Amino acid sequence: MSLADLAGGILIATTRLLCGPQARWVGCEPSTRQRIYFANHCSHLDAVVLWSCLPPPVRRRTRPVAALDYWGGGGLKGFLAREVFRSILVDRSGADPRAVVDHLAQAMGPADSIILFPEGTRGTGEVLAPFKSGLYYLSRKRPDVELVPVFMQNLNRILPKGEVLPVPLFSSVSFGSPLRAEESESKADFLGRAREALLGLVEP
Amino acid sequence: MKVLAEPRMLWLFGGVLVLLVLASGIGWALDRTARGEKARAVIENLNARIRAWWVMCAVFAVATATGGVGSILLFGLMSFVAFREFVTMTPTRRGDHRALFWAFFFFIPLQYWLVAVDWYGLFSILIPIYAFLFLPTRTAWSGETEKFLERTAKIQWGLMVSVYCVSHAPALLMLQIPGFEGQNALLLFYLVLVVQSSDVLQYVFGKIMGRRRIAPDVSPNKTWEGFLGGILSATLLGAALWWATPFSPLQAAGMSLVITLLGFSGGLVMSAIKRDRGIKDFGTLIEGHGGILDRIDSICFAAPVFFHLTRFFFT
Repeated sequence: MSLADLAGGILIATTRLLCGPQARWVGCEPSTRQRIYFANHCSHLDAVVLWSCLPPPVRRRTRPVAALDYWGGGGLKGFLAREVFRSILVDRSGADPRAVVDHLAQAMGPADSIILFPEGTRGTGEVLAPFKSGLYYLSRKRPDVELVPVFMQNLNRILPKGEVLPVPLFSSVSFGSPLRAEESESKADFLGRAREALLGLVEP
Repeated sequence: MKVLAEPRMLWLFGGVLVLLVLASGIGWALDRTARGEKARAVIENLNARIRAWWVMCAVFAVATATGGVGSILLFGLMSFVAFREFVTMTPTRRGDHRALFWAFFFFIPLQYWLVAVDWYGLFSILIPIYAFLFLPTRTAWSGETEKFLERTAKIQWGLMVSVYCVSHAPALLMLQIPGFEGQNALLLFYLVLVVQSSDVLQYVFGKIMGRRRIAPDVSPNKTWEGFLGGILSATLLGAALWWATPFSPLQAAGMSLVITLLGFSGGLVMSAIKRDRGIKDFGTLIEGHGGILDRIDSICFAAPVFFHLTRFFFT
């Protein structure tokens, strides 16, 4: 067992203990087929909680997309991003969003799935921000890959933006029905539909 | 107390074991005879409950057998999880974050530590006074005033019911009862056994002969038949187990009547909260039962009163 596997195992155990995430496969079943998981973003815990809800064989092939400026350095953060999560790092300061999409489409390769936060940045968790267009371009570029909406609830209460200490509530992670950008669909229509798919997973 | 060297404790353990075997047997027989979709669903849930009872009894037995520390740890963990369940389904806001952190990681451990070191004076006021004053101060400090009173009240109430009330069960271990020294683990076992039996018996009587609902808007499953049958039979059971307590048979019956009635109140009140929040259960931790808080709602109400009645009349 490598150091990265060990660190990953510890991270997942801690996350489960702290956030008690309940995975709800509402619209699809866990599968190793290539997918883009797109989720709401309101806590530092989002990626690791989603990751921890995937069965190990699926998890091994699923890479979170992370910001280069935040995760690209050395030290512990760099180790976690590169070795443990095998993140795909993207430069969000770049002028050309198409370049980011090209990079993602290529980095996924023929078998890897990715975790993406189309809001672009963390919110307060009270409203779902409008999606960035990258999701649309990515789906057009890789029509062979299905997009799975994932709604994560309560993580913004466990570790809100700006807090360091967590409060150990229970959370839930709901996986919805896969979707794809249609040939004829406009960017705005598709992004609206994707956003609705996410909101449709909100539990009362 | 060397728990396993105490013959009365072994009798209680043995009795519970016989009941579990009996229940599993009945569940198995019902499973073979049940017809129809609705009946099958009820029996499946019943068997899930019985399986969970095996696990719960095993955990409780191990905790009891390890003496005081094990019981205090077990109830402390249950409080922790129950408070998690309570806050999870209660809408708190960003401004409550720090106060909640204090509640989880300071007040809950401290409350149980006070039980462990027998500090009754502080144990009995930590949450009603110190947490009650400190937590709203911390919340006000954060500057978010929207629904302030409501949020503060919810956090305090959650702490009272899932931590303060529950901690009175292991606190039985610190009572000094003349002529009963070193045997308090029996009293804790007695409380849990009578209250949980009452829950089970109310369920059984309700399922078999339940007709008239007590509070249809709060809990459709609570019926007069289940209530009366459960309370009376659990009171008889409690009276019959008087030999495990410092009480006479009549006193044991009185105590059992009080704690089963309080157990019923706990279930009713927690049902009202769940109904208001639009949920069926507080959690999913215990198969067939729901969350920890769904299972211990009766203990929450029965433990503090049982503790104080015993303390007032017998110490």
